[in-house]
Amino acid sequence: MSAREEVLGRIRTALGEHRPVVDVPPVPGPRSLAPAELLDLLAERVEDYRATVLRCAPDEVPASVVRGLDLALGEGWAPADVVVAPGVPAAWRPSGSPEDDGRPAVELAAFAATLTGVATAIAETGTLVLDGSPLSGRRALSLLPDVLVCVVEAAQVVPDVPDALGRLDPVAPLTMVSGPSATSDIELQRVEGVHGPRTLVVVLAG
Amino acid sequence: MAISAASSDPTPLAPGAPRSGTTFLGLPTAPRGVGHLRGTQSFPDAARTALRDGQLRANLGRATTTIRGKRAAVVAEVPHWEQLRQAGKALKAATMARLDEHLEELERQVTARGGTVHWARDATEANRIVTGLVRATGSDEVVKVKSMATQEIGLNEALEAAGIEAIETDLAELIVQLGEDSPSHILVPAIHKNRSEIREIFSRTIPGVDPGLTDEPRQLAMAARTHLRERFLCARVAVSGANFAVAETGTLAVVESEGNGRMCLTLPQTLITVMGIEKVVPRWEDLGVFLQLLPRSSTGERMNPYTSLWAGVTPGDGPQDFHLVLLDNGRTAVLADEVGREALHCIRCSACLNVCPVYERAGGHAYGSVYPGPIGAVLSPQLTGVEDNASLPYASSLCGACYDVCPVAIDIPSILVHLRAEHVEAQTRPTAEAVAFRGLSRVMSNPRLWHLAQRAAGLGRFLARGRPTLPAALPPPASAWTRTRDLPTPPGRSFVQQWTEEHRS
Repeated sequence: MSAREEVLGRIRTALGEHRPVVDVPPVPGPRSLAPAELLDLLAERVEDYRATVLRCAPDEVPASVVRGLDLALGEGWAPADVVVAPGVPAAWRPSGSPEDDGRPAVELAAFAATLTGVATAIAETGTLVLDGSPLSGRRALSLLPDVLVCVVEAAQVVPDVPDALGRLDPVAPLTMVSGPSATSDIELQRVEGVHGPRTLVVVLAG
Repeated sequence: MAISAASSDPTPLAPGAPRSGTTFLGLPTAPRGVGHLRGTQSFPDAARTALRDGQLRANLGRATTTIRGKRAAVVAEVPHWEQLRQAGKALKAATMARLDEHLEELERQVTARGGTVHWARDATEANRIVTGLVRATGSDEVVKVKSMATQEIGLNEALEAAGIEAIETDLAELIVQLGEDSPSHILVPAIHKNRSEIREIFSRTIPGVDPGLTDEPRQLAMAARTHLRERFLCARVAVSGANFAVAETGTLAVVESEGNGRMCLTLPQTLITVMGIEKVVPRWEDLGVFLQLLPRSSTGERMNPYTSLWAGVTPGDGPQDFHLVLLDNGRTAVLADEVGREALHCIRCSACLNVCPVYERAGGHAYGSVYPGPIGAVLSPQLTGVEDNASLPYASSLCGACYDVCPVAIDIPSILVHLRAEHVEAQTRPTAEAVAFRGLSRVMSNPRLWHLAQRAAGLGRFLARGRPTLPAALPPPASAWTRTRDLPTPPGRSFVQQWTEEHRS
């Protein structure tokens, strides 16, 4: 008998003929928030992870991206230091910054910073979700450079985790990002910055 | 603090002997001689050594106090926490009731998206599958995401025996691996080490480490980053576990903090994920419950820094060769026990370890298994058969703190009592403890004998010499009890004597 048949057979033996029927109780929805409160909550929760949040009007995104890069890289950074996800609108990009052209993933480590959009953002937990689309970029893009700048638009913000899952494609390569890379492995105290980007800047538009 | 112990010399059961009269279905437990589910000592013996280590107790006390406070704060923030918890419990119970169907669906979905699914009856078979897959790539090293399943089956040792180097990339796992130590906590395997001990390990073992390395946690984390960066960029094969797998979509989930998981799940060409069969959840929306419960219970955060979700292979993004190994290794034997099967609901958050007064003092190594603490005390003996971890169901004061914090409301105290009963029923000859309690039962059912016994017990006051407890060094057979428990000094006058005197008039 194959291992597959044997393991499945063991499960059937273990459960017997009379399997329990379980009712799953409904979970209450998230608290209801006005759109402005939703953005305030997201900003507060992202900052709690010691990320930088820059709030702006939709037409101020390009200036906020530049300011975010100034803060993260120090003034005097070059556009060539910043790699951009291919679906990021031209208006948001620092002029002259290269686009991720599908080069071998490890070569992305040479860039100092990455600029992407997001698929959705979760206010309650301060989480950005990247989905591998042209706007979010492939997974290595938001991983290897040490600074990650993400632009979030107001309409992308949802209250809680279940709302975000409802907006996402379950078979896309998804990454939920809550603050910069961190560890609590030394005496259970949180330290920001290990293998992923040590600096996270969120430009929140709207 | 009294840590209750099993009788010092439990009669071992024959291998394969019934787990209990009603649930024994002949299902095999995790095999001996492979993996890390059994210790070399009984819990009381191992705990005695650990309790003498003042540094260990200080490290554990500090770390668990920190994490308890953080968890309590973020759990209090969620007004419907109890409903979430009950939903988590029900979802797990419903999943277990149809486990075979969900696994078949998971297999279909993963395969449809370009992954390959393997089934492993036990640790030996899983190790053989993974070793074969790594060999087929031609690589002689793998980078690893922290995974309880691969710790359980002893994968690193199996790979090493095949000439393949396994590099642990989680900071705490790296500390354990470099220190040639073993993990002592589900979430933070190096919880027993403090910052200066970690600095010492890094200075001694990392080639080319900055000689001026201090014990500042940020500096230590940076040393790990530098040490592993090149390994990530060159790695061709990664091995991970999984926190969840969604049957209806074939989506795997890994929850982490540092980004080492993302490195392993994204950069290598080949990804091998080893997952216990109980980790499957039926529907995509079920993640909405568990992704709220897990981070708050585990690291005490609203959300962990990184959660990676993937289904099979995505062209142009991440590994192009994906293998999922579904592991039994005793889980179906646990499933056969209608009371004990709830232990399979565990989502490995470690909240029960952090609140457990026994774990906080004895530490994780005393449990002898990769699953320590309260959940380990119910999971390990069921995975191995209770005869191989006979002392663990007694490694608890049954205070119930573990049940209160469990995000999926596993009734750990009831399972502990159930396993104790199973262990006692399996004894072929009566233990000294059983004989003593039978005698006690006779005495307590007869008022005359009871009064005589109470008077005799007053002699204990001489032994106590005014102290609140009797000395631990009583002669056998009483020592079997007092070795691991405080025996209070008998009162000068019993309750009955006081009552009689006060009501005489």
